[in-house]
Amino acid sequence: MSLSRTNDPFAQHIDWLTLVLYLGCVTMGWLNVYAAVYSPEDHTSLFDMTTNAGKQMMWIGTTVLLIICILVINHKFFDSFAYVFYAFMILMLLLVLVAGSNINGSRSWFKFGAFSIQPAEFAKVATALALAKYLDVPGMNLGRTKELLRIGGIIVLPCILILASNETGSTLVFASFVIMLYREGLPGWIPALGISVAALFVLALVFPKLYIFAGIVVLYGIIVLLMPRYNRTTRNLLSMAMIGAAMMALVTGVDFFVNNVLQKHQRNRIKVLVDPTIDPLGVGWNVTQAKIAIGSGRLQGKGFLEGTQTKFDFVPEQSTDFIFCTIGEEHGFIGSMIVIALFIGLLSRIVILAEKQRSKFARVYGYCVAGIIFFHVMVNIGMTIGLMPVIGIPLPFFSYGGSSLWSFSILLFIFLRLDSRRTALMRR
Amino acid sequence: MLENRKWVIIGVFCLVGLTYLARLFYLQVLDDTYSLGASKNSIKRVVEIPYRGQIYDRNNQLIVYNTPVYDLYVTPKQVRIPDTVAFCRMMNITTSEFDSIMGLAKNYSPVKPSLFMRQLSKEDFARIQDALVDYRGFEPVISSMRTYPAHTMANALGYVSEISKKQLEEQDILYYRQGDYVGHNGLEEQYEEQLRGKRGVKFMMQNVRGVNKGSWKNGAFDTLAIAGQNLITGIDVEVQKYADSLMQNKVGAVLAVEPATGEILVSVSAPTYDPNLLSSRFFSKNYRALIKNPYKPLINRPVMASYRPGSTFKLIQALIAQQQGSLYPNTVYGHSGSPMRCHCRGGNNLRGAVQNSCNPYFYHVFRKFLYFNGEHNTFKASAIGLKEWHSMAEKFGIGARLGIDLPSELKGNLPTPEYYDKAYRGALRWKFSNVYSLSIGEGELLISPLKLVNLAATIANRGWYITPHYIKGLNKPGVGVPAEYFERHETGIDYKHFLPVIDGMRAAVSHGTVTPLANIEGIDLCGKTGTSQNNKYGHKFDHSIFIGFAPMNNPKIAVAVFVENAGWGGKAAASVAALVAERYLKRKTEAKKLDEQVKAANYLPPVSRMPVPKKPAAPRKDTVRKTPEAKPLMTATSPKPVAVAAASGH
Repeated sequence: MSLSRTNDPFAQHIDWLTLVLYLGCVTMGWLNVYAAVYSPEDHTSLFDMTTNAGKQMMWIGTTVLLIICILVINHKFFDSFAYVFYAFMILMLLLVLVAGSNINGSRSWFKFGAFSIQPAEFAKVATALALAKYLDVPGMNLGRTKELLRIGGIIVLPCILILASNETGSTLVFASFVIMLYREGLPGWIPALGISVAALFVLALVFPKLYIFAGIVVLYGIIVLLMPRYNRTTRNLLSMAMIGAAMMALVTGVDFFVNNVLQKHQRNRIKVLVDPTIDPLGVGWNVTQAKIAIGSGRLQGKGFLEGTQTKFDFVPEQSTDFIFCTIGEEHGFIGSMIVIALFIGLLSRIVILAEKQRSKFARVYGYCVAGIIFFHVMVNIGMTIGLMPVIGIPLPFFSYGGSSLWSFSILLFIFLRLDSRRTALMRR
Repeated sequence: MLENRKWVIIGVFCLVGLTYLARLFYLQVLDDTYSLGASKNSIKRVVEIPYRGQIYDRNNQLIVYNTPVYDLYVTPKQVRIPDTVAFCRMMNITTSEFDSIMGLAKNYSPVKPSLFMRQLSKEDFARIQDALVDYRGFEPVISSMRTYPAHTMANALGYVSEISKKQLEEQDILYYRQGDYVGHNGLEEQYEEQLRGKRGVKFMMQNVRGVNKGSWKNGAFDTLAIAGQNLITGIDVEVQKYADSLMQNKVGAVLAVEPATGEILVSVSAPTYDPNLLSSRFFSKNYRALIKNPYKPLINRPVMASYRPGSTFKLIQALIAQQQGSLYPNTVYGHSGSPMRCHCRGGNNLRGAVQNSCNPYFYHVFRKFLYFNGEHNTFKASAIGLKEWHSMAEKFGIGARLGIDLPSELKGNLPTPEYYDKAYRGALRWKFSNVYSLSIGEGELLISPLKLVNLAATIANRGWYITPHYIKGLNKPGVGVPAEYFERHETGIDYKHFLPVIDGMRAAVSHGTVTPLANIEGIDLCGKTGTSQNNKYGHKFDHSIFIGFAPMNNPKIAVAVFVENAGWGGKAAASVAALVAERYLKRKTEAKKLDEQVKAANYLPPVSRMPVPKKPAAPRKDTVRKTPEAKPLMTATSPKPVAVAAASGH
């Protein structure tokens, strides 16, 4: 391949569908940030730089510059410097623990004047690149424990540092790499086990332990009865009994975990998820008000800038983590449906593009992008509608905030840059 | 193949998306509780309470108006008080009071404002206004407070205070809410609906901190408040205040009406209190003090006290006996044959008997009345006679509620034959000799000052009355007065029968026992004294009664005065009545000496002999002088129980 081809104008090779979906998300996000901070008394301007909406406009502007930079950089750059980025991010995460400013009880921000930057947001990008680089070797077998441990190491290292700065939400995002690993050959039972554990965890919170134990025993009996006779070997029965016992132990452990390991606000968030009616004015305030905001939107919504819940500050964090409430209230079920469809479309498009990549590096990276965005969307929207515990992570492209907009845009456009290289090659 | 796992992954994405859509469909489309929740959150019903109507007297003088005051609200979450002690000193409360108010407010809501202190006067507010800037979380809201520039008529007016729990629960139409002000007792209660006006409702949008964010839907569902109507009363405030001053150091009542219209001119209940006491924010403290006062200043004596009418009742006896035909103006009775003692020489005709209040005369009149029916059995005759007597006396409005525009009027008692049948456990077991004390207004009769002033007005009108009432109009004189206050009640007594009675009444003032005390030149007062027996403390403490009207021809004012414990005869009461009539007719007081005498007289019974108040412990004798509550609040000088007790000679 020649130099001239790689320097083809990127406009010809970029995936326009993804770009349109992206622009749709960002524009809707900006308008909803405006709606969330809008005050009917002083007719807040969309471009008022003192409000979140005005600042978001500036963030969008800088993001466009960033995107242009990414698209003109040689695609090799990301491949070659993947580990450098990773190392740099680890350094930043260490630095922020020492020199960062304390915002809302977490020491995870660098402050520059009126603006602050959260390195944890960018750690996702660097980790995705590092993972892509690591997996981009022929013969990589994810069934091997040694490889799994190394990959786990790459993921866990930034996790520990982010956890140390008290950003539990951002740490949990790293679980999303499982999606990529699954695609790359991670045995299916590992994610299945993870989901089962999570399900048991929730069950243990909702129902008394005794019921769950009884349920496990009954389930065991049913499975044994349904098993083909030739499969009912002592070994099989015994290993199944072991699994059952482990489940019971897990359920017993949940109480201990919730009461002794989790911090108080985390414990409360889980309690609220289980029973939203407890303490609606205190612990349950966020969730209750968020549900009222979304629920009161009905089918068509109250109209742009007409939402009383968001406009009058009933929903906390409404331009950042609870931005979906504004959408739900002002644009109703139709608006919510459009947003969810937008995300499902974007995610599916990324997966399809990733699958088309010739280089493994680009494919792995693409699945990482899809996984990270999916996890954010699932948790963020889930918490506003009471299906997930309240975890403070932003809704990609929608939530107000420079770090999150920058990091998600960088994440996505590095992939689009890698992808444009593929189409450029195909055109040849 | 691993490539196929992309379908699993896309499947998971879609599954989560569909789950969320289903959940959103449920929240947003199926379940409508959330939209109610949102409007409850953000749309506040702001109730606009209109100004309560003012109350005027007949000469357009203000009796009650509204003073703007400030209610101080607190939002606990926003409160920043650097120095609680200094704050409490400024607000004039103790720190424990402060803590309890804040506790209540926090309990109600940490983010919504609740009442911190009611009714700060403009002066108080001006004093703290600047300092309040330093204390965040406090917000003044303008409101109004009843103010009584004339400082009088407390009992007839009633008071305005927060609605009670019981009233709140018992209302038929749900109008009032917790914390609303409502008229209690008196005219404030009677004309509550007219005075309060109609509340307006505004729907306001508010944010999470309860701060207003403009009207909802541009006020399409708002209703405007309608101001209360002004109540114009027939009271003559100047005379009213004068009567107050005459009644200082006395217990009793003064009522005056205009006979032609039934409008009440003067309505004094003594001892009374300054009505402003019950409109300030110290309401409960002041109210407790008034309740504990042994002279019971909260009782509205003109309608709530029941006395025996005493000799004033002889007027009714004279009138109905003439109408029955058993008495003529020239009928003469002597003292003989009557068990009653009398101070006059006897041998009076009707006019003289009225003038001298001859007890034996009316003994004979009543006896004849009861037996004037051809029945020879005295038991049967008495029953028939008393029935006739009852039906005739009833027409004077006695024994039932007259229907004055006050909520607390008492019925009194005009005994029927059945009443005695019950008392004597069977019909025909009693006769005239058992009930003869009715003849001079004693016995089982019970009557309020209101009914006696009505009697005076009836005689002044020579045969009819209009139910006494306070209202003269709403906003304008003559507008909105209930029809019943234009209705003439006929007594069924012929005009001519009034003439000898009125002659006697005039003579009682001009040539009778009370002449030096009541015959003021130029007012032509006609009257009748009475003594209401009060055996509780012995006859020295009988109540003094006087009813009358003036001038004799074309009367302009009818008066009834009760002075409790002033002793025998109408002396104390007659002077008060005469001075009130003089002031009303002449607009000035020329009988200066009498005026001074009356004002100086002190008929307060000793506190030690007062009936024991039920709830609060009775003030003990040795603590009486120290207890400030024992003083009637309007009396200029403190009661001197020791002096009264010494004078009584017991």
